[in-house]
Amino acid sequence: MLDAMMTALSHFAQPTHLIYLLLGVGMGMVVGILPGLGGIVGLSLLLPFIYGMDQISALAMLIGLVAVIPTSDTFTSVLMGIPGSSASQATVLDGFPLAKKGQGARALGAAFSASLVGGLVGAVILTGFVVIARPLILAFGSAELFMLAVLGLSMVGVLAGKSLPKGVVAAGLGLLLGGLGAAPATGELRMSFDSVYLMDGLPLVIVGLGMFAFPEIIDLCRQNRSISDNGTLGLGWRDGVRDMIRHKWLCLRCAGLGSIVGALPGLGGSVVDWIAYGHVVQTAKDKSQFGKGDIRGVLAPESANNAKEGGGLVPTLLFGIPGSGSMAVFLGGMVLIGLEAGPAMVGRDLDITYTIIWSLAIANVVGAGGALLISPFVSRLTTIKYGYLAPFMITVICFAAFQATRSLSDMVALLVLGVVGVLMKRFGWPRPAFLIGFVLAANTETYLYQALQFYNWEFLTRPGVLIIAALTIISILLGMRKHPENPVEEEESSHSHNPKRWPQIVFAGGLLAFFAFGIWDATQHTFLGSVFTGSVSVVMFVASAILIWQLVRSPASHPANFDHEYDLDHQDVKPTAGLWHYVLWVAGLVAATALFGFLIAITGFFIAFLRVKAKASWLRTLLLTGLAVVGLCVLAWSLVLDFPAGLLQDLIKLPWPLG
Amino acid sequence: MSWRKNLNLSFKSACAAAAIAFGFVGTATAQDADFEGERVELIIPFGEGGGTDTWGRFWAPYFSVFLPGNPTVVVKNIPGGGSTSGANQFQARAEADGLTAIGTSGSTQFPYLLRDKRVQYEMRDWRVVLASPTGGVVYVNSDLGLKSAADMKALEGVKLRYGSQGATSLDLVPLLAFELLQLDVDAVFGMKGRGAGRLAFERGEVNIDYQTSSAFINNVTPLVDIGNAVPLFSWGALDDDGNIVRDPSFPDLPSFPEAYEMMKGEKPSGPAWEAYKAFFIAGFPAQKMIFLPKDTPEEIVKAYRDAAQSATEDESFVTDRKATLGEYKQIVGEPAERIFRQAVNVPEDAREWVQKWLTDKYSVQF
Repeated sequence: MLDAMMTALSHFAQPTHLIYLLLGVGMGMVVGILPGLGGIVGLSLLLPFIYGMDQISALAMLIGLVAVIPTSDTFTSVLMGIPGSSASQATVLDGFPLAKKGQGARALGAAFSASLVGGLVGAVILTGFVVIARPLILAFGSAELFMLAVLGLSMVGVLAGKSLPKGVVAAGLGLLLGGLGAAPATGELRMSFDSVYLMDGLPLVIVGLGMFAFPEIIDLCRQNRSISDNGTLGLGWRDGVRDMIRHKWLCLRCAGLGSIVGALPGLGGSVVDWIAYGHVVQTAKDKSQFGKGDIRGVLAPESANNAKEGGGLVPTLLFGIPGSGSMAVFLGGMVLIGLEAGPAMVGRDLDITYTIIWSLAIANVVGAGGALLISPFVSRLTTIKYGYLAPFMITVICFAAFQATRSLSDMVALLVLGVVGVLMKRFGWPRPAFLIGFVLAANTETYLYQALQFYNWEFLTRPGVLIIAALTIISILLGMRKHPENPVEEEESSHSHNPKRWPQIVFAGGLLAFFAFGIWDATQHTFLGSVFTGSVSVVMFVASAILIWQLVRSPASHPANFDHEYDLDHQDVKPTAGLWHYVLWVAGLVAATALFGFLIAITGFFIAFLRVKAKASWLRTLLLTGLAVVGLCVLAWSLVLDFPAGLLQDLIKLPWPLG
Repeated sequence: MSWRKNLNLSFKSACAAAAIAFGFVGTATAQDADFEGERVELIIPFGEGGGTDTWGRFWAPYFSVFLPGNPTVVVKNIPGGGSTSGANQFQARAEADGLTAIGTSGSTQFPYLLRDKRVQYEMRDWRVVLASPTGGVVYVNSDLGLKSAADMKALEGVKLRYGSQGATSLDLVPLLAFELLQLDVDAVFGMKGRGAGRLAFERGEVNIDYQTSSAFINNVTPLVDIGNAVPLFSWGALDDDGNIVRDPSFPDLPSFPEAYEMMKGEKPSGPAWEAYKAFFIAGFPAQKMIFLPKDTPEEIVKAYRDAAQSATEDESFVTDRKATLGEYKQIVGEPAERIFRQAVNVPEDAREWVQKWLTDKYSVQF
């Protein structure tokens, strides 16, 4: 082992290695900042370059890229409220409110220093862990993984906010939507209306964008000011670093959590940030600020998601089983340079493994440093008038969305989920609980089915399962500790208790109808194919019925009663437009795309929006529109991507990029 | 190796790659099969990462080097519908000018053969350029007491468990093989790839499994060495006459037909066997293929086949191949055409047999 470490160290004495590492880091910064372009896209852009490179340099470049993406994707999560990747959705919850308070620079400082700690701690843990990881990974069978999914679901309790039934129903909605498409046990297609798009299940990226980014964009458009509410930046990034030092134990805990959860194949990297976020809310004494801009809500997921990448390397290298999408591409890269994953990575090739792990550490230091350096400039974006920013943001989320399957359906899915997100936000439904349910749906169902096949119900008595079950109970009890206030979602005030309750009741009724549809759909399939979605639907049907009864019968002060619109009506500064105004703008964009294709539609959208909403001069309008269109084309060209086509493209053949 | 030389080498390749990635499209003059200044798109109907994507990215630069005019060759991922979306798009939109090709895998062939309703492509019409074979080895847990395929009779009546990705995936081949051998195999679905199946094997959750050749060599051989796993047979390879023979990567292991004979005392036959053979060919000896669209002019098809042929004779290809494609010889041109015909021409009764069997046993709806 020491020999291997020495050999690995000697690799770092070579300037080439470091140069390629830096190249990877630079690429990762650029790709990471653009939402939707996560590690997968970045790595596949790099793959053509690694031909003929020696193994060590190629690995360094790939690792440099993988390592910084969870760092650099924080920019949009914090500053714009757009989750930079599925692994940084939880960062949005507190990061974005901080930016809105004018503390964007502080939040970024905290996030990057937490990322740094996470990455370094992850590398240290891995150095020792990698040689003993095999038995541990093998100890986590389907039964244990199912129990871990249950542990994750128990976080719903703390993320539910004031009304537990709402949290439960939101999570149930996530579970049901996550179960859309092929059943793991039989391959039957559930709730898919014969649509090929729905057969594959909803893409997580789009769900994240619809739930968090879309409603925020709509809100900001309506308020029509800069993101930062006083137009200033306030505290600097140094304060953020100080926050990190103050909460160093939290960061260390979350980093450890991140690297272990990341190392378990099958759980998936996108759960890590939510588990870390749930953990910090659970253990915090004062929970009143979560969701409104508590710096701990930024530190926890950020330290965990950087550590996760290191953890994800373990199953990738040892078993050839990628822990996440970017790890799958990394594995492809390894094959292309002639390295095969397997037990040899901790035997004959241990020095390469150490080179990879330590490259990860170095890349984290460089990445976090670089991100900190540019953060004061980038955070100025939050002081720009939103009318100018909005069309860019909408372009960005559309572009991120159609990375999923590169079709118009992605934009339609974004719009539909976005409308659900807007309504959930308006009526105070906890969107984090929904996301937890969605992210864990496939794991819960698959591993339960497999555990039952392998062990029958006796799987419940396996020691690993019992330990995780005990942890789950502790976690629930911790979450139930008396807390005067726990509004993870939106700020609550007595104003929100709208006496006019029918809009809320209609929305809850819509959910009730959806669960009824889930029950009906379950009767159309075999037992194994429908037992999961069926049971979720039945339970949720009852829960949402209870909720509707509460909404109809209880006094106005009941915690279930919440209407953000009513709240807005009682504030001094009224929004400039109704709730649906800007949703219709986006719907118009989607409709225009269906007719003329994305590029023409977005050009028109830009011009119209800048002229009508931002009241920009023609010169400025054309300049900004040109900038956006050229940027889009360059990106699409280098990613080998066609824009979603419309009716026009079906009728006439147009040259790229129009056709 | 000094780092300077190293850097120089890498720099050159980086430039070449940059040229590949950021080349420019000129006007199409495909009639004389000269691709100078063109950008050729190789559609991979899967997302980035994973076997077929890696394979496509391995081939792309070789086409760039060996096609006349050295076009830029880029990989275009179109994921969705278990690879049917990308194939549908290729069928609907690709022009027969040699600027669009597609790289398919068994998961593209199987839905076509099974007449999946998502399939809107007619593979039979496409022009095949090359076929990349792969193989696989079936192995069992040593607790079952077997030493080799010769002991397979001992498996009669023994409850076996197999971790599978789904009955209509590539796992159709092993499931059909188990059916032919009349093994009592309980398939547990929902595995996310063959790697997950192997992990379940290592945990003792399943006791029979197969891995493709390179995964077997890297990840199962150590288990065989410490006495936890026993290899039984390989799927085998196709010889030039279309017979299933021993896999050159595993000359000591019997092929599946051999193993069948060892266990049953006769050669395999009947509609189940015909069905097995068709899906086996589409799944292994012709697992990954590169196609040009229907009606592509003969000289363009020839240019592609020649390029593939030159690539397979190239020195760096031969050394690189081992890591990415395994020991298998790439099949180009006429032989590829032959094997492709064999893979898509499933006898009607064999197809019906498989569909009925899938419906009866795994409640797959067609």
